Amino acid sequence: MAVVFEKTRGLAEKPFHYCPGCTHGIIHRLVAESLDELNLIDDAIGVAPVGCAVFAYDYFNCDMQEAAHGRAPATATGIKRVHPKSAVFTYQGDGDLASIGAAEIVHAAMRGEKITTIFVNNAIYGMTGGQMAPTTLVGQKATTAPYGRDENHAGMPLRISEMLATIPKAVFVERVSVHDVKHIIQAKKAIKKAFQTQMEGKGFSLVEVVSTCPTNWGKTPIEALKWLQENMIPYYPLGNFRNTEEVK
Amino acid sequence: MAHEIIMAGFGGQGVMAMGKILVEAAMEEGKNVSWLPSYGPEMRGGTANCSVIVSDEPIGAPIVTEATAAIVMNRPSLDKYESMVVPGGALLINSSLIDKKATREDIKVHYVPANDIAQELGTDKVANIVMLGAYIQASGAASADSIMNIITQMFAGKKATVIPLNKEALLRGAACIK
Amino acid sequence: MAKELWKGNEAVAEAAIKAGCRFFFGYPITPQNEIPEYMAMKMPQIDGCFLQAESEVAAINMVYGAAGAGARVMTSSSSPGISLKQEGITYIAGAELPCVIVNMVRGGPGLGSIQPAQSDYFQACKGGGHGDYRLIVLAPASVQEAVDLVQEAFDIADQYRNPVMILGDGMMGQMMEPVEFKEVKKRSLPEKTWATVGTKGKRKPNVVNSLYIDAADCHNHNVDLFKKYAEIEKNEVRVDTYNVENAEIVFVAYGTTARIVKNAINSLAKEGIKAGLIRPVTLWPYPYKAIEEAAEKASVKAFMSVEMSMGQMVEDVKLGANGKKPVYFYGKAGGAFPTPKGIAEEAKKILGGAK
Ligand SMILES: Cc1ncc(C[n+]2csc(CCOP(=O)(O)OP(=O)(O)O)c2C)c(N)n1
Ligand code: SF4
Ligand SMILES: [Mg+2]
Repeated sequence: MAVVFEKTRGLAEKPFHYCPGCTHGIIHRLVAESLDELNLIDDAIGVAPVGCAVFAYDYFNCDMQEAAHGRAPATATGIKRVHPKSAVFTYQGDGDLASIGAAEIVHAAMRGEKITTIFVNNAIYGMTGGQMAPTTLVGQKATTAPYGRDENHAGMPLRISEMLATIPKAVFVERVSVHDVKHIIQAKKAIKKAFQTQMEGKGFSLVEVVSTCPTNWGKTPIEALKWLQENMIPYYPLGNFRNTEEVK
Repeated sequence: MAHEIIMAGFGGQGVMAMGKILVEAAMEEGKNVSWLPSYGPEMRGGTANCSVIVSDEPIGAPIVTEATAAIVMNRPSLDKYESMVVPGGALLINSSLIDKKATREDIKVHYVPANDIAQELGTDKVANIVMLGAYIQASGAASADSIMNIITQMFAGKKATVIPLNKEALLRGAACIK
Repeated sequence: MAKELWKGNEAVAEAAIKAGCRFFFGYPITPQNEIPEYMAMKMPQIDGCFLQAESEVAAINMVYGAAGAGARVMTSSSSPGISLKQEGITYIAGAELPCVIVNMVRGGPGLGSIQPAQSDYFQACKGGGHGDYRLIVLAPASVQEAVDLVQEAFDIADQYRNPVMILGDGMMGQMMEPVEFKEVKKRSLPEKTWATVGTKGKRKPNVVNSLYIDAADCHNHNVDLFKKYAEIEKNEVRVDTYNVENAEIVFVAYGTTARIVKNAINSLAKEGIKAGLIRPVTLWPYPYKAIEEAAEKASVKAFMSVEMSMGQMVEDVKLGANGKKPVYFYGKAGGAFPTPKGIAEEAKKILGGAK
């Protein structure tokens, strides 16, 4: 029988702990495949976040460090400065990156750190049980926004990709989604491009992946994908915000 | 008399609720009570448990390490908690989902087909109440009347129609204890 | 009022509201999430303010601002978040602002575990942030005591213009017990004449500050702080004892661990071994005197500090015992807890050796 699906060498043997229908698993696979296909995996060094993806350090088949909540871009900066030839990446949730780690990501981008950030935006704090994230949509309920996010109290959700794209040395910024096969293929292209940008030494790269959290959204996996398309994508439009072609 | 109970099962089997109903009922009877859940992402992985204490004396440690009874709703819980029961204590096994027998001989083992009974009554959701009925019958930690009082308060209003179902579940559970 | 079942975290939040707290700034972290979640639900209903900050650093600085502006304000977190709050806490202590900080401790160091621990004793009682300052640290052992202490904590904070920490643990936060919300005795409190509420053109501006650029001024500020701390040490020490009379071995334990120790004491009693417990309720100021008095008793052969840590409070037990009797340690760390059996066995070993 022909092998139609082979697990990428970029992933370790450990089974994922994610909830059924959670898109973290797909995103892990795309990152791992990209690193493998670009022949980067053996020298790659990743930084895991504090969030549901904390155990990413067990899932990627490369050296990994676990960072404090939100500090992954700073940790990755330290790593990259020691190993400038390695592919260095952070994998962060929206609480981790856009809330507590907002300063670290902005300054890593400002310095043009030659790292790649995979930013998983599921509009909620998954790990801690469904609290409001900076990316939670207006009106969306969360355990710390039990009446729905009120923009007059908690402000408007942050559009990280648009914001970072204003930083000169953030040379590759793209927002993708993984809600169907077509988008998964596009997402992988963007992730590969981000790593290539890093390896060409051009500057900071980030791929934002609009993602689901069926558990804390209180939805089935199918409902969650539908909700993502109908609610997240209109506010978080997919597309490229920055790429090296425009960078001189 | 102190009842120190471990209740364990898959998330969604209602073990937390079973414990809460018991402590509410025992508190109304004037007993000292405490309820301590397992917490965190481990619950997502499937298992949930709570330590429940019902006592005439003030309660020391709220965490149960030497159980007078263990109520196990699934197989992993049996494997984990059988050894925690004190000699002479009780082990209640949900025999609908656990085909393994207990190995201890120095404890009282009750096999309760909680899900089978619940399904006969129309819904798996009351399997925990069947188990609770069996437990209070075996232990006397609270009376069936106090449990029913709490259940009646819980479902007062729109959901009042489910009260008789819960009562039936409680009684059917109690009948499993000979 | 009749007793009701309350989860520790929610009871703490409700107690704060009953004490007049109307401002809460927090950030999610297990195992204390029910505190901010309860505040998010309740504050809008009572014209209060719940805000989820972008980080613990921001949350504690929001507390700084609100406390300086004269409000009753609280924040809560668990160990890694409290580490981040240390910056704000030293500023709050330095500027002499009242507030209440809840720490439902979990296992460390680093990301550690999310299970109950007592390994934040040092960061609560011995600084944590920089400079010479003291936090008043209250350590409840039951949900009822947590409720009582939280309500009083706001008064204590206001009376001394000092931050107060409620030091619980994951077990305290997660367990449910019967609670009665009692009227706590209100202290007569000084007016907050120092708060930044606007001069209204009637007085000189108030400045909330911890900077004393001249070394001599900064020294004098420290001396003043320590006069205040001496006053707190004189007035506020609280301790609970159990069976210390005639005990051969005296356990020292706080919070939920003290309850595990009580089980051990009762099982030792069944074997004819007399054991007692000193349970500090205030961890700072520490009840050194209670330890010293026990050390002077002829019946007491040894002390044993029992903690959910690798041994932190034991240093204070040693200071209290002051070499008069040996001090042993027994503990479990990282989210594991000592069992009554383990404690009793360790005690028997010690007594065997101490005879
Ligand atoms: C300093 C600190 N504060 C808070 C936490 C608790 N915490 C763990 S994960 C998390 C948020 C995770 O949300 P996100 O980054 O969106 O990741 P997700 O789980 O949704 O993938 C928080 C607040 C922590 N571990 N450390
Ligand atoms: S809680 Fe949400 S983000 Fe976390 S694993 Fe489950 S579905 Fe995924
Ligand atoms: Mg998230």
